[in-house]
Amino acid sequence: MSKEHTEYWRRNIRIMVWLLSIWFIVSYLFGIILVDVLNTIKIGGFPLGFWFAQQGSIYVFVVLIFVYCHLMKKLDHEFDVEE
Amino acid sequence: MGILGWTYVMVGLTFTLYIVVAWRSRVKDVKGFYVAGMGVPPVANGMATGADWMSAASFISMAGLISFLGYPGCYYLMGWTGGYVLLALLLAPYLRKFGKYTVPDFVGDRYYSDTARLVAAVCAIFVSFTYVAGQMRGVGIVFSRFLEVDINTGVIIGMCIVFFYAALGGMKGITWTQVCQYCVLIVAYLIPAIAISMKVTGIPIPQIGFGSTISAGPDAGKYLLDTLNIIARDLGFTEYTATFASPSTSMLNVLCITFALMVGTAGLPHVIIRFYTVPSVKAARISAGWALLFIAILYTTAPAVAAFARYNMINTLNNQSYQHAPSWFKNWQKPGLIAWVDKNADGKIQYFPGAPFAGRPDFTGQTGSFGEPLLANAPTDNKNELYVDRDIMVLANPEIGGLPAWIVGLVAAGGLAAALSTAAGLLLVVSSSISHDLYYRVLNKNATEKQRLLVGRIMIGVAVICAGYFGIHPPAFVAQVVAFAFGLAASSFFPIIVLGIFTTKTNREGCIAGMITGIVFTAVYIIQTKFLGVSNWFFGITPEGIGTIGMLLNFIVAIAVSAVTSPVPEDVRRIVENVRIPKGAGEATAH
Repeated sequence: MSKEHTEYWRRNIRIMVWLLSIWFIVSYLFGIILVDVLNTIKIGGFPLGFWFAQQGSIYVFVVLIFVYCHLMKKLDHEFDVEE
Repeated sequence: MGILGWTYVMVGLTFTLYIVVAWRSRVKDVKGFYVAGMGVPPVANGMATGADWMSAASFISMAGLISFLGYPGCYYLMGWTGGYVLLALLLAPYLRKFGKYTVPDFVGDRYYSDTARLVAAVCAIFVSFTYVAGQMRGVGIVFSRFLEVDINTGVIIGMCIVFFYAALGGMKGITWTQVCQYCVLIVAYLIPAIAISMKVTGIPIPQIGFGSTISAGPDAGKYLLDTLNIIARDLGFTEYTATFASPSTSMLNVLCITFALMVGTAGLPHVIIRFYTVPSVKAARISAGWALLFIAILYTTAPAVAAFARYNMINTLNNQSYQHAPSWFKNWQKPGLIAWVDKNADGKIQYFPGAPFAGRPDFTGQTGSFGEPLLANAPTDNKNELYVDRDIMVLANPEIGGLPAWIVGLVAAGGLAAALSTAAGLLLVVSSSISHDLYYRVLNKNATEKQRLLVGRIMIGVAVICAGYFGIHPPAFVAQVVAFAFGLAASSFFPIIVLGIFTTKTNREGCIAGMITGIVFTAVYIIQTKFLGVSNWFFGITPEGIGTIGMLLNFIVAIAVSAVTSPVPEDVRRIVENVRIPKGAGEATAH
């Protein structure tokens, strides 16, 4: 791979790792591992951990994909690898 | 017009729509047949993926499942949505760049091996078949419950419709009918959900009503979830928001099931194949976003419906005299979705934990002293008198919400849309695995386009007939094989595709060894624990979650074997490098 493409790939991986960390935090950490701790906080009628497990994580997932598309569009443009 | 009349109208209208759409998008070439000419716009592909993904189980059963599970129901919710993040970030853009027709295509080319291609094709067929049999059964059940036809007739009608548009239009026909089916099913799901949210909390958005206060009745002014917890405690159930209360819902098991479902989702061939149909890498990324958005509309509504329905059911039925039970109770007694056995002969319905009697309700045809149909089932020792099938939480919603008859008809059409769209997507995978991966790529490499198309269509016919057979004669284990489909998808495809894209070192030997280890471990564990009565010997993980371990084994074995065997050939390294760069993904053939 050319030097340009190697750098593109490295940046791509960095974006991916950041977004997957958030993916892990909202679902596995907030929704499951820390659920009992977060459930002591209440937002309206929702215990917070329960909300992340049954609602919040899904909203975050949707946002994550659109953010990924946006960041990758910028990256593709920067490295001139758009189709 | 009554409920039955409206149901016929709604189902008839939607079926006509699907047939017209399919006729208008019929295809003449293999590219159109397998990947819809790679010309599907991202938003349309998102809707089609949503319909493809959301099956009869999502539409009819999921809210009911969550309703009885409470908090642990989150493994379905997160598991069946979080996989799309993995798809969008790890698989979809790269597979689209690779740009062939099927998942075994990628595995076979990237790992330069027809053995790997064959293993992948067999996995794809097996995973899709276990799934499709359940869909056909779902079609039959909706027909029999709403249209009062025999289940088997229902299955046959469903088979004919699916065969018509799948064989005629291939992926293109399926895509555009799925777009329509998504619209039908989401409207049919949301209207009753909004109505029941209004009824319980006075708030029209179910996702918000879920965390609000109850608007009327004895619990007015209290938070819905708090009230559910109190009711559950009083009757002796686990609290609705309680976490990790039983061994099957231990933290480790909830983690494993969520992960297996996520990775399984990302590895299911009928989902992956949808991302081959869009014109570019950018379109593949964004259409995963649209798909998840469209799916999330239903998946964030379902847990709200679950909570409303549970509250409503207990509140209107517990300690109610049978003679004054609401009319929906009596309507859904006939198909056996709800039943009452008056153990203490007080004429009132009492609801407690445990099954009220052994098995599914078996009515004797006689009525008891309060006008209730009597049961032949042997009652159990506990105090519970009420039998509730989980499906009623969605199916009876329109009546519970006091909605007009045409909405009930719409829910029937929605259930059918969910089942048919998923069945069609799966049948295409089975057909393309046989006609493309096995016939064209292995058996007859010189086949002409016309021959390939013909074989593809015949294979859809064969697959429809097999699926219909299993729909009419369901093997006793149909409900249990879903664990199989996800476990096997998680433990076979996902690791191999990810390694194929993100490493250049994983080679043919590693791929085959990894896939076989993953599948064999997962399959053996599921068979042992589901069918042979062995206890959950691996840290108490249930068969639904074991795909996570199978996946890890696949990764470890593939990497280890690759490290000690011959390196990857230079031209394959170039395939991998090429897949990573979006530029040059090939032109779209728009229609």
